[in-house]
Amino acid sequence: MAVEVRVPSLMRKIVNGEKTVQANGTTIGQLLEDLEKRYPGFKERILTPDNGLNQFVALYLNDEDIRFLKELNTIVEDGDVLLILPAVAGG
Amino acid sequence: MTLYLYKEHYSAMVEHARYDVPNECCGMLAGKGDRVSAVWRATNAQHSPTRYSLDPQDILRGIREADKAGCELIGFYHSHTHTEAYPSKTDMELAFWPECRYVIVSLIDSGHPTLRAFWIADGKVTEDVVEVSASPDA
Repeated sequence: MAVEVRVPSLMRKIVNGEKTVQANGTTIGQLLEDLEKRYPGFKERILTPDNGLNQFVALYLNDEDIRFLKELNTIVEDGDVLLILPAVAGG
Repeated sequence: MTLYLYKEHYSAMVEHARYDVPNECCGMLAGKGDRVSAVWRATNAQHSPTRYSLDPQDILRGIREADKAGCELIGFYHSHTHTEAYPSKTDMELAFWPECRYVIVSLIDSGHPTLRAFWIADGKVTEDVVEVSASPDA
């Protein structure tokens, strides 16, 4: 499945300045693996070392937070849009 | 480096900080490069005097607004109500985005708020000069 991934300005260096990139896979986890192959370092901005979603990003598939879907196992379809949102926190 | 703000942006952040007392406030800076073109409030999802996190729905809205306006999110701001305008230990621990500025408004002297801008990368803080000028529309 080909999915459009929208990359926030804060992560664009990794994807050579592109605003959107195409990724292939059946699940969100596979899309991230696909992007990692082409843009080394991509995955580590999104996932923890044990492949969980890190606390500094939120992923929205067609405007739904994937934490409320099946997280990285969420199935994607052609034409879906995955949006990466930075999460910002401090004290 | 220098962060260029118009007076209205500076005032908007200070007013927001005052409005949200006793809690910390937070929000987004949109613009291009070093020039801020808009400041947008976000909800502090922590509703806390010592912690903040921007509500993801506000960030989503911010990214869409920035897209529409042909600019980017170039930084985030928050307030310190009782400490100086410098990244706290928590700010350092949770600074995950070396590509953007962290602007901090301090109300430690409530009559004379201070606003400073920082980059936080690899546990190191670098301060920007903040240049405030009159709005071109004023």
